[in-house]
Amino acid sequence: MTAVAVSPRVRALPLRCRNCGAETDAAPVAICAECLGPLEPRYDAARRLPTREEIASRGPSLWRYREWLPLEGDPPYSPDTGFTPLVEVPRLAPLLGVARVWVKNDAVSHPSLSFKDRVVAAAINAAAAFGLDTVGCASTGNLANAVAAQAARAGLPAWIFIPDNLEYGKVVGTSVYAPNLVRIRGTYDDVNRLCAQVADRFGWGIVNVNLRSYYGEGSKTFAFEIAEQLGWRFPTAVVAPMAGGSLVSKLGKGFREFLSAGLVEGELPRLYGAQASGCAPIVRLVERGDGQLIPEIPDTIARSIAIGSPADGAYAAESIRQSGGWAASVSDAELVRGILLLAETAGIFTETAGGVTLASALELARQGHFRPNDEVVLCITGNGLKTVEALSGSLGEAPVLAPRLRDVADLVARTSPSSR
Amino acid sequence: MSVTLSLPAVLTRLTDGARTIEASGATVGDVVSDVAGRFPQLGPRLRDEQGNPYSFVTFYLNDEDIRFTGGFATVVRDGDELIIVPAIAGG
Ligand SMILES: Cc1ncc(COP(=O)(O)O)c(C=O)c1O
Ligand SMILES: [Zn+2]
Repeated sequence: MTAVAVSPRVRALPLRCRNCGAETDAAPVAICAECLGPLEPRYDAARRLPTREEIASRGPSLWRYREWLPLEGDPPYSPDTGFTPLVEVPRLAPLLGVARVWVKNDAVSHPSLSFKDRVVAAAINAAAAFGLDTVGCASTGNLANAVAAQAARAGLPAWIFIPDNLEYGKVVGTSVYAPNLVRIRGTYDDVNRLCAQVADRFGWGIVNVNLRSYYGEGSKTFAFEIAEQLGWRFPTAVVAPMAGGSLVSKLGKGFREFLSAGLVEGELPRLYGAQASGCAPIVRLVERGDGQLIPEIPDTIARSIAIGSPADGAYAAESIRQSGGWAASVSDAELVRGILLLAETAGIFTETAGGVTLASALELARQGHFRPNDEVVLCITGNGLKTVEALSGSLGEAPVLAPRLRDVADLVARTSPSSR
Repeated sequence: MSVTLSLPAVLTRLTDGARTIEASGATVGDVVSDVAGRFPQLGPRLRDEQGNPYSFVTFYLNDEDIRFTGGFATVVRDGDELIIVPAIAGG
């Protein structure tokens, strides 16, 4: 590492261990030196918090919630990530047996089309606060896209490690930004272990390893936006896909923070987690309820959420159970149907993780977890154009015609009235 | 059997700065006992009071997570590498 000048404009918050409570100064370290538990940013409880009106008057990015993000001063990078649409989808409500359904649509997240833009916006500014001149990540694909894009804009070199079997769109959507991209023979869990060693060896800011304490806080903005966009209230239930288990845990934290800030009143949402049955260690932990995560070797086309040994698995299961929610997993065939159903009912094309989310919501409905008066938000966290392989064989071929009106008229006549 | 143990930086203050330790035993559990005996402060960061792997670390024998191979009962061979990584990393 060649330390560059620490950005004087931005400071990272000090940290506290979630397990033993030990406190440390701000540092690019995510592990407690006493007990090896996870470190979390320490916010000043007496800091001045904005009102609804103040927040609403700020720009449409996740920085409108800056008092709940782990950076002070003026974060220099990625000023315009966040504030994606919340879209009501009336046609899904009867299918889930609930009153109303919305999609929180991070398939159109800026700049890299997944919710990972949020966590990277937090982490890359932490890297700036520490004067780290190189960033990196271990990734199942979306994080790679987000780090590569945001590092390119910031002018920082990036080292990005991915499993060697990712979808073409995920690989191209990383390499186009010209990072140092390395494909590792193995699963994500192998890549992740390697990156823990890499973070120890090189003085880089690996966003989901040594910057993880700051990174994770970015996910809370997904919850903040849901509450604000619903008109400063909570839905009754939220369904989110799970890989490392960070997003679902941070959704819970975000909702609790808005409740305790007095910005939103009422009951906290029930949190529901979704995984593919070919890699569902957190779902199985929720179902067993024993607190002992059993790692798995992933076997699913939902590669973005194929983490067999999730770092936040135990916390995710705990957040879900404490909220009164539950978790479900679905087959690869069901997740593909989920992708198609979301496209046909919401006009939103999501990737495999989004297919898992909708299909798991249907499974949860089938199991009786939803109530007729429920208001459900589906967390759609990634874009379908990145995983087109998942749909091969599922879509009909479009007919090819000569440029002749008569042929079009014949085709229209042969097409069933309901789909005309 | 002689095995090389690799530690994460966060644990090296418990080993006078050593990053790797040569240790011996027939199983991963034996190797951990050997190291815990020689570095008493490190012991509780490798195994809990019941003698099970400490919950905030993951053990890899030659790059393979020992939770898939029998945990502390996993048999080691001469020259094996045992890597210890904090469990709350990555994802
Ligand atoms: C599209 C998508 N959704 C959800 C997740 C899950 O995130 P977490 O690791 O925070 O559980 C990921 C993680 O890679 C992802 O790529
Ligand atoms: Zn601690």
